[in-house]
Amino acid sequence: MKLPIYLDYSATTPVDPRVAEKMIPYLTTMFGNPASRSHAFGWDAEKAVEEARQHVADLVGADPKDIIFTSGATESNNLAIKGAANFYAGTKGKHIITVSTEHKAVLDPFRELERDGFEATYLDPLPNGLITLDQLKAALRPDTVLVSVMAVNNEIGVIQPIAEIGELCREKGIIFHVDAAQATGKMPIDLEQLKVDLMSFSAHKTYGPKGIGALYVRRKPRIRLEAQMHGGGHERGLRSGTLATHQIVGMGEAFRIAKQEMATENERIRMLRDRLLKGLQTIEETYVNGDMDQRVPHNLNISFNFVEGESLIMAIKDLAVSSGSACTSASLEPSYVLRALGRSDELAHSSIRFSIGRFTTEEDVDYAIKLLQGKIDKLRELSPLWEMFKDGIDLSTVQWAAH
Amino acid sequence: MFAPAYLDYNATTPLEPAVLDAMLPYLRQQYGNASSRHEYGRAARKAIDEARQQVAHAVGAHPTEVVFTSGGSEANNLFIKGAAANLKPGLVAISSIEHPCVREPAKELKRRQGWAMHEIAVDAAGRIEAADYADALAHSPKLISVMRANNETGVLQDVAALAEQARFTRAWFHSDAVQALGKIPLDFRTLNAAGVHGLTVSAHKIGGPKGAAALVVDKRVEIAPLISGGGHERGLRSGTENVAAIVGFGVACQIAVQRLDSEPQRLRALRDVLEQGLVQQGACIFGADAPQRLPNTVYFSIPGIDGETLVGKLDRVGFAVASGAACSSANPEPSHVLLAMGVEGEIARGAVRISLGAASMPQQVKDFLVALDGMVVQLKGLTALVT
Repeated sequence: MKLPIYLDYSATTPVDPRVAEKMIPYLTTMFGNPASRSHAFGWDAEKAVEEARQHVADLVGADPKDIIFTSGATESNNLAIKGAANFYAGTKGKHIITVSTEHKAVLDPFRELERDGFEATYLDPLPNGLITLDQLKAALRPDTVLVSVMAVNNEIGVIQPIAEIGELCREKGIIFHVDAAQATGKMPIDLEQLKVDLMSFSAHKTYGPKGIGALYVRRKPRIRLEAQMHGGGHERGLRSGTLATHQIVGMGEAFRIAKQEMATENERIRMLRDRLLKGLQTIEETYVNGDMDQRVPHNLNISFNFVEGESLIMAIKDLAVSSGSACTSASLEPSYVLRALGRSDELAHSSIRFSIGRFTTEEDVDYAIKLLQGKIDKLRELSPLWEMFKDGIDLSTVQWAAH
Repeated sequence: MFAPAYLDYNATTPLEPAVLDAMLPYLRQQYGNASSRHEYGRAARKAIDEARQQVAHAVGAHPTEVVFTSGGSEANNLFIKGAAANLKPGLVAISSIEHPCVREPAKELKRRQGWAMHEIAVDAAGRIEAADYADALAHSPKLISVMRANNETGVLQDVAALAEQARFTRAWFHSDAVQALGKIPLDFRTLNAAGVHGLTVSAHKIGGPKGAAALVVDKRVEIAPLISGGGHERGLRSGTENVAAIVGFGVACQIAVQRLDSEPQRLRALRDVLEQGLVQQGACIFGADAPQRLPNTVYFSIPGIDGETLVGKLDRVGFAVASGAACSSANPEPSHVLLAMGVEGEIARGAVRISLGAASMPQQVKDFLVALDGMVVQLKGLTALVT
């Protein structure tokens, strides 16, 4: 068994070996610039790009013409949110809505728009991490131009009701964007059915390479965007810049494999996740964060009460996991997602996100359970709070003296 | 099957084998997200730090001045729009021969942000025209962008002198050096001392992978990010780092700099043979009168012969060349670079670009000239029949 055990598939996934094999020829012999129209090197590259575009579209029930390649989901989110809000602000208004538990790649563009004179509403989810249609309805205004709600939360894995939200937005003529970076391959997505106008994708969360993503931009009814990157007019003029053929090929292959294997793979992953949950629930005072039903099978986020977060991370170095999302884990702030669910700072700090994937084995999970059982016991042995708790003292009633 | 001769290095380059070797571990076992705190993440972070040093070293910059982006287009957009976002609208001056990924962002400032735009004229050799440049400076531009080497003609601009001359305007001065890296020495320290504040370089033009590039930028320039969300790259460029491509970029830079001692001379010798042969076949060479050009680029037109037709025929016999910049090849309009140089439309439509690189060999050049000779005779015969 290779240590540390990788249980951080929501941060990034290994490139599937089949994907890597498919990419390599486009790094070596078929290296042409897809924009080169005067020779076979260029045509071969362009053909590969179009084939990949088809695979990406197929996984999500889209037309390949609706798929724009970007450098990643962060860029896709920026392009969708700033591009659509700015394009339609003049005709529709300057009110935008999202959820307080979105990824920074959605929240930061929202903040930028606020600085540019937009008004934003941030919906707070219920304690289970989900928002309700009524909440959204109450927040809608005549000048609401854009709603952005993620399909799957990166920290707690809950699935937002995007189908219902889509219906509502379409009915009101509001543009609906969905960050689906954490959703592809984990849950079915059918853009032919969903009333979604813009959807962001990432390759490296679905066993493709880093540095490539896509934005679905609906053409019927047609959604228009202000481009964020200008130049040679690549990608329908929405995103200029030389297309990184090998990365696009990698994304295509990764999404092709996901479509083919997700049904069986997700059952296996669910079984592993449930095994992990069952094992960890033998530890006292553990709290699962986020709804367990409306959730992708890959994610388990648990808070361990009476354990200090940093010590816990240090104690379980044999596991590569996240405490809070990878993108914000450089800060010691407790996860804003867990805080939004109403978790205390202590529980937010002592939370671990386990994310399971294609190469996780039963042995990995069993090792993780055993390790956590042992280490948490040890840490609690050293904790005066745990001792008080075991003595039956209600800690919430204790008046701590300042000193 | 025969292996076609790739003579389009300014469009993109084949990957150096050592670059592939360096990248592969990051497409296989070293797959961490550089923002993760565990071992996988730290290994990725370390690899990026090392690549940043390699890139910085290659362009004579400090590693903290290197901002990784997804490509040269993004880096150019980042400087122009990012710097403009923190300035009151004013004049943006760019050369009239810039790549679309400089020209279009500048136009965007004009269209949406209330900026004025001046396109600095060039002379017949493709060099910035002194009088027009002085005129532009007299109008106090706030942003200036002049490319170090032109992608079509290979003509070099004396960017250091231009920046020095612009110093009194206190404008931010940027230079797109995508085509210069690896072909001529680049030193951001010297350029920065002369008043250049930003430099764009890209991996896939120097034997590195597509999908990685950098904006090398003076920290005094306040840049607003184009892509936000997570605060990567000192907050200037959010998004999970493309570790494999960045690692490849670093190694490609290292190789390119090592080869600067000998490779430019080798390519220049090949280019001279090529140009002599072309002139003998009646071609005019664009930019040939410029005092300084890239050693690898030949841009020519044979009067009476259409460029598109010629590159199509060349492709069929195994020579991959370009009929203008790759990015605008879909566009049947004659090259804006040639028009800016005052080249007449018919001649401009005949433009063909050959750009040499690591795998270019003397035999290929000889074979190319022989093949071209046959085509010229044939095509001119056809033209004679038509007229």
